[in-house]
Amino acid sequence: MSEKGEPDDIVIAVHGLSNSFGEQIIHEGLDLEVRRGEILGVVGGSGTGKSVLMRSIIGLQIPDAGEVEVFGVKMLTARESELQAVRKRWGILFQGAALFSTLTVAENVQVPLREFYPRLSERLLDEIAAYKIVMVGLPPDAGPKYPAELSGGMKKRAGIARALALDPELLFLDEPTAGLDPIGAAAFDELVVELRNQLGLTVFLITHDLDTLYTICDRVAVLSDRKVVAVGTIPELLALDHEWIQEYFRGPRGRAAEEAVEAEEAREAAAAEGEAER
Amino acid sequence: MSLPMSSVARFSESVEDGRRVLRFQGDLVLPRLGVLPTRLERLKGKGMVLDLAGVDRMDTIGAWLVHRTAKERDGEIIGARNGVAVLLRQVARADQPVKVRPDPPPALTRVLDEIGSATMLALETMLGLLAFFGAMLVSIAQVIRQPRRFRINAIVQRFEVVGVHAFGIIGLMSFLVGIVIAQQGAVQLRQFGAEVYTINLIGRSSVKELGVLMTAIMVAGRSGSSFAAQLGSMKLAEEVAAMRTIGVSPMEALVLPRVFATVSMMPLLAFYAAIVSIIGGGIFCWIGLGIPPITFVQRTREVLSGTTDLWQMLVKAPVFGFIIAMAGCFQGMQVEADAEEVGMRTTTAVVQGIFLVIVLDAFFAVFFTSVGWL
Repeated sequence: MSEKGEPDDIVIAVHGLSNSFGEQIIHEGLDLEVRRGEILGVVGGSGTGKSVLMRSIIGLQIPDAGEVEVFGVKMLTARESELQAVRKRWGILFQGAALFSTLTVAENVQVPLREFYPRLSERLLDEIAAYKIVMVGLPPDAGPKYPAELSGGMKKRAGIARALALDPELLFLDEPTAGLDPIGAAAFDELVVELRNQLGLTVFLITHDLDTLYTICDRVAVLSDRKVVAVGTIPELLALDHEWIQEYFRGPRGRAAEEAVEAEEAREAAAAEGEAER
Repeated sequence: MSLPMSSVARFSESVEDGRRVLRFQGDLVLPRLGVLPTRLERLKGKGMVLDLAGVDRMDTIGAWLVHRTAKERDGEIIGARNGVAVLLRQVARADQPVKVRPDPPPALTRVLDEIGSATMLALETMLGLLAFFGAMLVSIAQVIRQPRRFRINAIVQRFEVVGVHAFGIIGLMSFLVGIVIAQQGAVQLRQFGAEVYTINLIGRSSVKELGVLMTAIMVAGRSGSSFAAQLGSMKLAEEVAAMRTIGVSPMEALVLPRVFATVSMMPLLAFYAAIVSIIGGGIFCWIGLGIPPITFVQRTREVLSGTTDLWQMLVKAPVFGFIIAMAGCFQGMQVEADAEEVGMRTTTAVVQGIFLVIVLDAFFAVFFTSVGWL
């Protein structure tokens, strides 16, 4: 389904982006492209402007210079109606989940549906909220609860249920596994991959979680020195001679995550062989 | 790549081999659903076949509609291509009984429940205030024993926020109040030819009641509310918990400076308010009644010098300040859950503060009269 003027394989295109807060320059001439259907991990040291980059793409931060295109729409110059059409097609999970505290989880999930599709019946709205809640792995009694009654991990899941309410084509996740236990984080990774495979999502994922990077990201963009210094698969990045990248992926934590993935692949290969022999 | 018109989700009904067949076509995705959900809900009968062979695209909401129809009408789904079949399995797996709305309790129990909760809440608030008052006395005692722990910087900063920043608005308000008393008083007293007594009215009511009362209301609105909101959001951000673990008592670091500053600033503000109110009344007397300022000042001095009005004000003001600061800090420290509670507690702090101030003012009036301070 390509609408007029929409490039088929580039969902997000950022060119020459510059951001600064007062004296402090965050981005300078940053370029980034996100392809349709990929899970793009965005990494960078603290304070390199990962969240600011996301906020610039989704229009919460007006950059000093540069161009941002989402689904081929120029976000900085587009009319409100065009922006609204783009907003229908994305879902965003903020770092703290940003659930509306006066609404229950089910009502939170229904907010985008009610906003963009006011003609849906109450019954269908309730049913959609119900299956979304199950899909993201929340317990069945979570629907009528208020955000203040949820744990951190459950808030994240509720947040992703709201982000997925409209079955978006593009999903922004800001540190989705931060603050989750390893089991919860692994389940979250699985959920993201499954959703991508089922729904053909494109995912823009900010993370510090090396396990997440190794297991689910198709490509990784590295933010450093005010721009994206490299984009590629992890092996491609490892081949680069960049100090920060080497330190990031070759450090003790990076090695552990890498070895875990290799061991997993070896096990799978062995299992496949065994099956073939039988 | 279908044209927009042909891609709207729709279905047609037909009978093939004696079975009802619903043939779905187009994109079964949320933006293109149109009237499909309503039409599906109006379907009658059971045991039809749902043919998805003509479906180009589908999302989970489309899949849900097909799944629900099949489940409710004992339908059989055919022609689902790979991706579509996966999605259908996905929503079928997510189709579990989920509570979406809280159960509404029966009416009678609800009324009883609300009365009970309100009573408990009132009692708990009273107990809590008492406990808070006690805890504060304890930390005051500690500070007196170890004067090093007296947080002079925090207090000076509060002086500025509670006192200095309130000068403008309290001055303006008192000035206008003075004019209003003068104007209303003059209208009434003129009927007896006793216009000159307007000066007595302005002087005594400003010093004895209105100055301190209006100041208390303004301070409750400005500072009581901000105490509740500040401490409430600090509690939400776990700042108060962090303080405790570092060994800093929140009572000492947060509550005492605010209470101390309010208690010390209230008499000053009330005095200032009374003076400005008298000035406002004086200007009205000069312009409206033709009483020259010299006469006005002289009369005011005569009226006030024989009374205890000033002492009454200076006794009441710190007490009112204490009540307001206590209510604000207490409500702020009660915040547990979320941002909405901060708002609620802030409102309660102001309402409680003003209410207690007025109750105490009535109490003081009776008390001063009975001890002969007229």
